Amino acid sequence: MADAVLQVTGLTRRFKGEGGVSDVSLRVTAGERVALLGHNGAGKSTLMKCLLGLLPIDGGEVAIAGHAVGSAAARAAVAYLPEAVAFHPSLTGREQLRLFAKLARVDRAEADGLLDHVGLGPAGDRRIGTYSKGMRQKLGMAQVFLGKPALALLDEPTSGLDPIARHDLYALIDGLAANGTGVMIASHALTEIEARTDRIAILRDGTLVADASLPDLFAQADLPTRIRVQAPRNAGSLHDRFGGQRINGARVEFAVTSDQKMARLGEVTALGAEVSDLEIIPPSLETLYRHYSQAGNAP
Amino acid sequence: MSRILAIAGTEFRILRRNRWLVIATALLSVFALALTLAGATISGALGVDLLTVSVASMTTLAVYLVPLVALLMSFEAIAGDAERGSLALVLTYPVSRGALLAGKFMAHLAGLTIAVVIGFGLAGVWAVAAGGAGAESGLALLRLMVGSVLLGAAFLAFGYVVSGISRSVAAAAGLAGFVWLILVVLYDLVLLATVVWDDGGVFSRHVFPWVLAANPADALRLYSVTASADQALATGMGAAVAALPQGAALVSLLAWPLVGLILARLVFGWRVP
Repeated sequence: MADAVLQVTGLTRRFKGEGGVSDVSLRVTAGERVALLGHNGAGKSTLMKCLLGLLPIDGGEVAIAGHAVGSAAARAAVAYLPEAVAFHPSLTGREQLRLFAKLARVDRAEADGLLDHVGLGPAGDRRIGTYSKGMRQKLGMAQVFLGKPALALLDEPTSGLDPIARHDLYALIDGLAANGTGVMIASHALTEIEARTDRIAILRDGTLVADASLPDLFAQADLPTRIRVQAPRNAGSLHDRFGGQRINGARVEFAVTSDQKMARLGEVTALGAEVSDLEIIPPSLETLYRHYSQAGNAP
Repeated sequence: MSRILAIAGTEFRILRRNRWLVIATALLSVFALALTLAGATISGALGVDLLTVSVASMTTLAVYLVPLVALLMSFEAIAGDAERGSLALVLTYPVSRGALLAGKFMAHLAGLTIAVVIGFGLAGVWAVAAGGAGAESGLALLRLMVGSVLLGAAFLAFGYVVSGISRSVAAAAGLAGFVWLILVVLYDLVLLATVVWDDGGVFSRHVFPWVLAANPADALRLYSVTASADQALATGMGAAVAALPQGAALVSLLAWPLVGLILARLVFGWRVP
């Protein structure tokens, strides 16, 4: 098993009233990309702030690259990209990055090189006030690379970005992971699943309700597949037989569980020429996300 | 230490770029020169040199203006970073909250010192050129500069406290204005009303001087006039000065920046970014 760059065991942090996270256990290994999903208020930001040592924890243990959270070694090993971070508009990108390099005790040449790496080289000496949102996120990403961290926590890194900027950012994230950094990306949307993440963790009301690869999550959720049959002449009798719902009088759509899928398909194909077309619609990412993020569907 | 210096360097650059340094220096210079020019007409009548009158006028100016400039420099320090989202980020670096505060304080204090030295220094140069300065009034000017920097340091620290407890920059700005109004304007008005009401009683004779010295803004008035009898004459603060032990005003001026910074560090420590 690869080295764990993040090992969370039974992490609990509650707030007065409501909110927080309860008994979260999670592991991220070197070079792994994990998506942390959940609604607004599900506890993603709380979890991240606990992992960064910004928020004291009530219980449990957090180790970053083997160091206790909050220690100088842990701080040096973790990089963070806050949601929609805006740096001081009066500074240039280069000045801001060099400051971070000094704080991280990293050579300033590395900072300058990273500006080029994220594609901000030509704009490096312009004030951040003139940057677009995509450029600010790239600058934020550049500081994540400083000092080759063992773990990177990215909070909604692509929210509000156009598709090109989003693609650029994911290319950077892939590069980061390829160099051995474990990456955790928090999001309340499915966009992060679209990216090639290795594993998905879903938070609901502060507890972890899923933590597996996408195919495994689909298998565990056992969501129904939908079969849509086109039968212009006898849609009525098909509806009586398979149930589901009729669409436009000529089509019938019904749901099957994975264990009965092949049997049902056999029945449909046995009808021969009565059926003019057949569509199999696998469960969507939205359905999967809804399954795990709604109450009553605990694993 | 190198991290504190890196933060201070960046903060000073920001101070320069967003024109605060120029505005503060220009503001103090214009008022100081105007007061010195105006003082030229009355210094003869009082029988003291031009700079003595000028320093007395500039002390009153400094009591109002220096706290204002200091608060304007510092009120954004923590709330601004928090609002931009960069506070949480900086705190994930191996840099302590105390170091972050120290770096900002160094930069802001340097900016304030430059504004005070240039602003009041110009008035001194003018007075020397006009032949209206002597060793005694020169020393008074120096005391005014030192006192002003200390007063500014106290209000920089108060600005960090305000910034640390405010959820937004707008709230911090409002609260900073409130602090200025209370400590610089209302405090004196209430004291004045109490002295009038007391009519020379125990409060006026024994308590009032201490309460006056306890406020850093008034401590500057006291500290500045103790320089000479001429100063006391020009400002009319002699009675209060006489009732206090020597150095009480300076102790107040030295203590408040320290108390303010400790308070700011505490408040900053409680804040969850």
